[in-house]
Amino acid sequence: MFTTKSFIKKNKIGNYLKHVREHYIRDDIFCGFSCCETCSLVESSLTEEYVNKCSLFKFNHYLILDTNIILEQMDVLEEPIIGNCIILHTVLKEVKHRSLPIYKRLMSIVDNPSRHFYIFTNDHHKDTFMPQKDGELINDYNDRLIRKACSWYMDHLPNKKFVLLTDDRANKNLAKEDEIPAVTTTEYVKHLDEQVALGDKLKKKDSEVQKDAKSIFPPHLSTSAMLIGIKEGKLYQGTFRASRDNFLEGFVNVEGFEDNVLVQGRKGLNRAVDGDVVAVQMFDKTEWVSPSEIVLEDEGVSEENIKDIQKNENELKKNAKNSKKDEIRPTGCVVGIIRRKWRQYCGILQGNSDGLYQIFVPADSSIPKIRIETRQAEFLRSQKFIVTIDSWPQHSRYPHGHFVRALGKIGQQSTENEVVLLEHDVPHSQFSEEVLSCLPKLPWLITDDDVKKRVDLRGIDICSVDPPGCTDIDDALHCRPIEGDRLEVGVHIADVSHFIRPGTALDLEAASRATTVYLINKRIDMVPELLSSNLCSLRGGEERFAFSCIWEMDKEANIINTRFHKSIIKSKKAMTYEEAQITIDDKSKNDSIAQSLRNLNMLAKILKKGRLQKGALVLASPEVKIRMDSETMEPLDVEIKKMFETNSMVEEFMLLANISVAQKILEDFPDCAMLRRHPTPPSTNFDPLVKAGKHLGFDMKIDSGKNLAQSLDDATCETNPYLNTMLRILATRCMLQAVYFPSGAMQKDEYFHYGLAVPLYTHFTSPIRRYADIIVHRLLAVTCGADSTYPNLLNKQKTVELCQNLNYRNRMAQYAGRASVAFNTHLFFKGKVQDEEGYVLYVRKNALQILIPKYGLECNLFLATKGETSNIFEYDEDNQTQKAGNLIIHSFDRVVVRMSLDSKNIQHEKFTLQLVEPFIEGFSVQPLGQTEMEVDTNEAKTDKKRKSTSEKGNNKRKS
Amino acid sequence: MSRNKELLSKIGLRLDGRRANELRRIRCKLGVFTEPDGSAYIEQGLTKVLAAVYGPHQVRGQRSKAQHDGALVNCQFSMAVFSTGERKRRPRGDRKSTELSMHLQQALLAAIKTELYPWSQIDVYVEVLHADGGIYPACVNAATLALIDAGIPLKEYVCACTASLANNDVPMLDISHQEEAIGGPTLTVAALPMSGKIVLMEMSQRFHLDHLPKVLEKALQGCKDVKNILDEAVRLHVQDVGSSTGWVIKN
Ligand SMILES: [Zn+2]
Repeated sequence: MFTTKSFIKKNKIGNYLKHVREHYIRDDIFCGFSCCETCSLVESSLTEEYVNKCSLFKFNHYLILDTNIILEQMDVLEEPIIGNCIILHTVLKEVKHRSLPIYKRLMSIVDNPSRHFYIFTNDHHKDTFMPQKDGELINDYNDRLIRKACSWYMDHLPNKKFVLLTDDRANKNLAKEDEIPAVTTTEYVKHLDEQVALGDKLKKKDSEVQKDAKSIFPPHLSTSAMLIGIKEGKLYQGTFRASRDNFLEGFVNVEGFEDNVLVQGRKGLNRAVDGDVVAVQMFDKTEWVSPSEIVLEDEGVSEENIKDIQKNENELKKNAKNSKKDEIRPTGCVVGIIRRKWRQYCGILQGNSDGLYQIFVPADSSIPKIRIETRQAEFLRSQKFIVTIDSWPQHSRYPHGHFVRALGKIGQQSTENEVVLLEHDVPHSQFSEEVLSCLPKLPWLITDDDVKKRVDLRGIDICSVDPPGCTDIDDALHCRPIEGDRLEVGVHIADVSHFIRPGTALDLEAASRATTVYLINKRIDMVPELLSSNLCSLRGGEERFAFSCIWEMDKEANIINTRFHKSIIKSKKAMTYEEAQITIDDKSKNDSIAQSLRNLNMLAKILKKGRLQKGALVLASPEVKIRMDSETMEPLDVEIKKMFETNSMVEEFMLLANISVAQKILEDFPDCAMLRRHPTPPSTNFDPLVKAGKHLGFDMKIDSGKNLAQSLDDATCETNPYLNTMLRILATRCMLQAVYFPSGAMQKDEYFHYGLAVPLYTHFTSPIRRYADIIVHRLLAVTCGADSTYPNLLNKQKTVELCQNLNYRNRMAQYAGRASVAFNTHLFFKGKVQDEEGYVLYVRKNALQILIPKYGLECNLFLATKGETSNIFEYDEDNQTQKAGNLIIHSFDRVVVRMSLDSKNIQHEKFTLQLVEPFIEGFSVQPLGQTEMEVDTNEAKTDKKRKSTSEKGNNKRKS
Repeated sequence: MSRNKELLSKIGLRLDGRRANELRRIRCKLGVFTEPDGSAYIEQGLTKVLAAVYGPHQVRGQRSKAQHDGALVNCQFSMAVFSTGERKRRPRGDRKSTELSMHLQQALLAAIKTELYPWSQIDVYVEVLHADGGIYPACVNAATLALIDAGIPLKEYVCACTASLANNDVPMLDISHQEEAIGGPTLTVAALPMSGKIVLMEMSQRFHLDHLPKVLEKALQGCKDVKNILDEAVRLHVQDVGSSTGWVIKN
């Protein structure tokens, strides 16, 4: 059935080692054409019905792609205009080796049957395999294999036409010698019938530019020169971070250095882009300077003109001469790029100039402007769009890039959502066919077999309590009296792991997404909607699979025993927090649901009290809800989220379930249980809180969570009721991020969850929208014999990698959510001017940082224009106050400010504040007219209850 | 090893081009030495093993070990210094080789009709010349051939094979070193393939019971495939030897 051939490969792992691998050559590989009579048929989506329309060829043809096309022209390949492509396995392997993201993009095209791509395993086919020659470079060898495959196809199917697409000139010429038709992408795309935009998507090659252009930047060192330099200790490797405020300044984080290395000016930065791994050369100590602290915006308009840069550089130099002694930093310059970390950037077109070449301004201000070539400038001017960098030649002031795709009109809700998602690296494309194929077929029915394997709880009165409009209900509760004057309490969580089997495309996609992301008017699901809003959602009145955690408790909320099992439930009712609250309060209601809710509420209060006594923190962060007009999708109002007792009730039981599950899985999987820890912050983190407390006359004890909780409880002030909340907001900012980790990766005492003050914690209660919970479900299913393990579940290293992704995605999802709130708040404020109540959060040298609780906003009230010092205010650094005449402004003082939106910079709108109260002559403004004030006071009455942000099973839902 | 490598690609081929249910190429030869009573050489993919059998003979060394009801089977496993990528001195009697020697003994005892040779001893020496995954199966298979070459009566062939699970779903036969390194549990099975009896079974890591039946079945199928190949080699060898002495006419 097969012949064998072994070959020798040299590999370098420290020493030179000889690796011998087997390589089997087969005769049963399918060419991919259903009309072929010689090959054994396997599924293939190549089809005669699809026609590639390129005017270079008068006939229908099949494309064979070279490696460089896939690596560099992915943006073009993703256009559905090109089809019937054959991907050789040689090419595929090389692509995977060079760039995993590109490989994934390629595979999603291959998986889409409407694109008609086929993978041909040429390197195991008996007629297309050739051994590597002695001394032949791997690239040459691969090219030879590609050409061989082309010739083979032409022989194998003489009545079909094949075209090799390659941008490698040498390969193209060699192909011509073998009489293989070969073209470059540029040629090919130019002759395609339609699509101007496709031309814009082509990656630009350096060679197009005239040779005599003057260099603007010093040359980069070669890779080998850099490596030698680093080895000899003359150069240092680090990650470049550009300054957001000054386009001519940045830092290089060198591992092992205490301070970052400062780089300044065109020569210092030398074409490094934020995130790149670079080699830096250090200057002599006498040339070290301090960071400039000045704001420089790149005002350049064309590629060649660098006069304004020179002016700016001079300013920097002047500034450097005045460096303060104690702020001097190690300084150096970038001499080469070790690894580019270019990604795709969102942004807009600059200015109104005509012409083929345009300047693109990225939304992220740490990224330089990018030169692009476009034939649709008129259209792009109204759009936000994506650009990717191709190269940054020495003679060009700006990196060269190409247009990838338009996101939509500037300022539109949908466009801005897209920008937020892209800028926070949130995977949000449609679920691929392969992923969707893993879903159960409808109608979904519960079989007898399912009933046998699960505990039937359909007869029990279970209900769910969630925010209004919630469609992904992942938890439900019940409570009923049992014998011995005890209560049985059950938390039922959607059994997502029943539907998402390990290793499937669906599983991999969910693991990569890690979490559902909630924007103001959009939800980006972690799992397809059929699961998130239907089969897994524990909707009222429908039979659903659940994973149940059931406690027997006495009336003092002491747990007598705990059990876990998979079950079938039928929720009696899906309630909102408000409905549940009304049911509890309405004494006339006495049905089983009302009774169980009352019991749950009673137990929850005891649990909460116990938890707080142990030192759990009640923190605060202003969280707002934006009311949207359901038709126009425009924000109507911004308000603080309302909280009910039932919020806290659900939270307590979710916490308890998570803790119980954490104990159980750790017991059975001491090495690979997925847990969640919240590290104790280093005491220096608390400095701002302690300082603020001291100024107000409170002694903040920070030595333990318990003492901190106590100090926060004690710090109240009758005249300023908001003061306590302010302190809690400050305390929140001292905290570190809670993270997922596998139990084997940490010491036992490091498992501690600081915010909740529990030794062990995990996430179990929201598997629809968090991947960590799915893993926890799988572990728990194994411990109760409901499911089997698989290697990666028990592999500590794999779990560590998984946790890294989960932690990263969670952080990004959080930022994305905030960015979305910010954008909608801005949209709401467009064209409005309002006076609002606020509190001073920090007192700075030239500004007051003001918190406006009503909108959860934090803005700077500048006391003087930039670069000048105020002649009204006197700054007292020790006491953190500003003095104007007789009036002293402290931290946490109440003020009234006038808010308006500054839209001068389309991509970076910000609020401008003016002081209304207290009135300071020559600085403050008069309050707005009475009519508007009236509206304000009405709104100011809205509930300002603080929102507890202590960790909760489900505290981040779509509002 | 790169974590991006998958054991079984989308198109159903393994890294070396095999399909999931295919063995590596097996080449073997009996009677490679003249000094021992029986010897054999086997190549399973790139794993290469030599086996030599001495005996049955009188019990050497400690006479007290001799058994009245059957022959003593003594197995010695060793690896050549050049058998892996990195050259390493491997002293005889280290833990790994002692363990493998004992496993080998267990497998062979199940096949050899020891009761025919009371008070005597059979020595089996195996040496790995090149290791590329599946060392133990290759040793068992080589030892079987060497025993046959020595003319020691066996109940039947004793063969061994490995199997694993690719992508948590597809059972996969005869695991190479590269595949071992990528991960996944490896199940090693030694069996008497004609009667279907398992004589030794070993797992490289934790593995859920639910997956075991299909992987085990695959491994047993592998043992049968190996047996067919060995059987053919033995027949060829006997023909060769026979034709040179004139009692078989080779066509
Ligand atoms: Zn064919």
